[in-house]
Amino acid sequence: MPDRIADPWGPRTPYARGGEWPARTDVFLEEGTREEDVERWVQTASILHSNGDAYDMAVRDGRLVGVRGRAVDRVNRGRLGPKDLFGWQANRSRDRLTRPLVREGGRLVETDWDTAMGRVVERSRELLGSGPGGWGRFGFYTSGQLFLEEYYTLGVIGKAGIGTPHMDGNTRLCTATAAAALKASFGTDGQPGSYTDVDHCDAIAVYGHNVAETQTMLWARMLDRLHGADRPALLCVDPRLTPVAREADVHLAPVSGTNLALMNGLVHELIRNGWIDERYVRASTLGFEALERLTAGYPPGRVADICRVPSDDVRAAARLLGTCSRLLSTVLQGFYQSHEATAASCAVNNIHLLRGMIGLPGAGIYQMNGQPTAQNTRETGADGDLPGMRNWDNAEHIRELAALWNVDPAIIPHWAPPTHAMQIFRYAEQGSIRLLWVSATNPAVSLPDLGRIRSILGREELFLVVQDLFLTETARLADIVLPAATWGEKLGTFTSVDRTVHISETAVEPPGEARPDLDIFLDYARRMDFRDRDGAPLVKWHDAEGAFEAWKACSRGRPCDYTGITYDMLRGGSGVQWPCTDEAPHGTERLYAGGRFNTDPDFCETYGHDLTTGAAHTEAEYRAREPRGRAFLQAHEWTPPPERTSDDYPLVLTTGRTVYHFHTRTKTGRASQLAAAAPDVWVELNAADAAALGASEGDRMRVESPRGAIEAPARISGVRPGVVFVPFHYGYWDAGDAAGPGAGAGRAANELTITAWDPVSKQPAFKVAAVRVTRLGAGDGPSPAPTTGASAPAAGVAAPATTGGAAAEARSRMEEA
Amino acid sequence: MHLADYLGLLHRSEGELADAFRTVARGHAEEPDVFHICERLAAQCDRHAAALRPFAERYGEEQEDEPERLHSDLFGDGVRSGGLGLLRDLHDLYLMASECDISWTMIGQGAQGARDTELLAVVDACEHETATQLAWLRTRMKQAAPQALVVA
Repeated sequence: MPDRIADPWGPRTPYARGGEWPARTDVFLEEGTREEDVERWVQTASILHSNGDAYDMAVRDGRLVGVRGRAVDRVNRGRLGPKDLFGWQANRSRDRLTRPLVREGGRLVETDWDTAMGRVVERSRELLGSGPGGWGRFGFYTSGQLFLEEYYTLGVIGKAGIGTPHMDGNTRLCTATAAAALKASFGTDGQPGSYTDVDHCDAIAVYGHNVAETQTMLWARMLDRLHGADRPALLCVDPRLTPVAREADVHLAPVSGTNLALMNGLVHELIRNGWIDERYVRASTLGFEALERLTAGYPPGRVADICRVPSDDVRAAARLLGTCSRLLSTVLQGFYQSHEATAASCAVNNIHLLRGMIGLPGAGIYQMNGQPTAQNTRETGADGDLPGMRNWDNAEHIRELAALWNVDPAIIPHWAPPTHAMQIFRYAEQGSIRLLWVSATNPAVSLPDLGRIRSILGREELFLVVQDLFLTETARLADIVLPAATWGEKLGTFTSVDRTVHISETAVEPPGEARPDLDIFLDYARRMDFRDRDGAPLVKWHDAEGAFEAWKACSRGRPCDYTGITYDMLRGGSGVQWPCTDEAPHGTERLYAGGRFNTDPDFCETYGHDLTTGAAHTEAEYRAREPRGRAFLQAHEWTPPPERTSDDYPLVLTTGRTVYHFHTRTKTGRASQLAAAAPDVWVELNAADAAALGASEGDRMRVESPRGAIEAPARISGVRPGVVFVPFHYGYWDAGDAAGPGAGAGRAANELTITAWDPVSKQPAFKVAAVRVTRLGAGDGPSPAPTTGASAPAAGVAAPATTGGAAAEARSRMEEA
Repeated sequence: MHLADYLGLLHRSEGELADAFRTVARGHAEEPDVFHICERLAAQCDRHAAALRPFAERYGEEQEDEPERLHSDLFGDGVRSGGLGLLRDLHDLYLMASECDISWTMIGQGAQGARDTELLAVVDACEHETATQLAWLRTRMKQAAPQALVVA
């Protein structure tokens, strides 16, 4: 049986263009359990990445004992990645929170739910009642890992109960730019494409997306095409030598902070060589002349100078993009967490618009998500969006919501843009936000400039409520800790990047007194006694299915229309892609066929922004452009990033995920196979930079930025010269420290990162900090960096291969579908 | 021929606006978006001033005849502090940028009258950047106002 730590992607099942991706059923059961011993198989999908892999949880004697991929599912066809195969074991950790905690005399002590919720409600009422502007004293910071039903309920509580604009999710860190780029180009959020586009394309372009490690089974699908009869061409844009880069026909490794220059250069070449669909551009887009004028200034030679890549490679990349017949593009954090994130991501959309490649099999765009349920926060309004992809600036959209919820439109906060995460923390720092409710995320490790974040979370004046599975670095700073159930222990739905909605059933009981997040939010609403305009309870549902039905009503007529989906429909078979309506009862595989987009002024989600400053366009300006269903080509100049290298800080830091961990490792760090494969932080250096520092593999290094420092062993890897890589999110809980580095050396990449964000998406720029690296001394062997992914040692560097041994063996069955 | 007056006025206004953007950037460095965008807009104002200089010289800049009453002393004492202080400082930047904005309009009209296509090209390139500066200031103030005026 394959060791799925050593081989994260599993055995190949090659297939040719236009074929169906063969099924391959992956199974992992705890030692001593065979498939026939399993009492129940309970349907779910992955909550440890955004691919949406569907699988069944194995239950025996009331406990989870393993997982098995769902071969019928359209997303993964039965396959599971290492995080899916092993991550579920974290549910069974002995250190799960089982009782609420409250702070007494500076210490967190166990209590009952009545006491804990009583204190939250008491403080809430106090803050709401203390004069005008009570809404402004609340902040909600949630996750990309809850279920749709939970986000929608939280959104209604926040936006129609309290009436606060201060709600966001950690999707802000990972996926806000995906939403912003989709809105800016096409009028509303929502991926145009489908995962089946991998089956039909003849070229794949991967921009700042280490898909092999972040969405392993999407990469397995691509690999199966790449190893099949008519291999698609592959372009990779990444400063690291990722597994994607190793397979690529063209690999561009621009220096961090120059993505937009590169994209403008590619568009320049497309236009100069006439590799565009003029009829489509004329009929379905706006802004071609401005784009042509602007990109005229980005010939390959200039782009090569800015990005420090060979100009011939820029030409080769453009030829690949310009001469293929069906192009699939995918974008992730290398663009989203970098400089000019929204503009660079829109440039990927530009290429598809110029070539008329949207809404056709094989011509997809994945403005990807990192978080598994990020799409749902964006749809339901638990982050900085309005439910149903409604437009904050459109008075009619606000009236619709007010009618739906039966509240006064004035309570729905629409007078200003919603408050993004970093601004929520700033208001807390300044003291105007007094109650911050953090659910299912860990900002004390995941946000930039951690020293500052720790001091904010630790403020005496801030009442901090944390709802989670474990006593995370953030929970340790809380006033109230609410123990939550997780997937497998609660019912709900969630939606993957390509709009596939899956159901996740309850397999086992949560430990102790832990409760589903939905129950906690419903309990809060009941205790706060939020009412509608007729005096009836504002939140009119009592369970997950009720919440789903309420959400369906909210989504009606909007781009993410769920009205044709029922729980029963999601049970047993595969997921369903929204929109799913009376007209499209089986869902919709691709959006924008025929080149018609959601840009009508009465329908669109935003009137747009200047992508350089974030200045909002007015409704009048938007209407004057008369979009008439056409998409927007976005043209923007590249400018240098906010923090540049100097003699003091000569290298650029970039950060990212690896195949064995997710978010702040609260779950993956508790799954033994995953934790053992990547147990500790490391720093990746190119051989030339390492030689200049006198460093070899495993040497102890110190990485410093103007904000903080970490210490970690060196991995000599294929990262481009001038750039160093540190994996996020190693924190402190498993390093013997409570909430932070204390007196010891830092371990979290975000001790170093700069507080800066994209002006439109407000996504933090984690990938452009200037740092200096010094060698502290010899190490005691190779670094703990995995050898399987982008952190593989450079040629000639010795490090033992990352393996999982017998404990990581999983069955892969190829014979059945 | 009074075009030189407005060219001098705008040249000086852009320089003062650049200084003011930098003062606000550094004075409110704890608001990272304000810091980064104001630094960027300051550089933009410098470019505007540089683009105007040859025209100011060509049309004989006469300092003593310039209309006065500029807002050069708005930030004489540095920035204000706190959420309301940020709002007031952005508000003052808005007034200064408005001064530039309407001056670009006047100079554009003057350039038409003088049939100076080179100057018109500079106006075309720069006036929409000033308009975007105003739009950004308006956007950022709208974001900050409810919290600063009602909550904090």
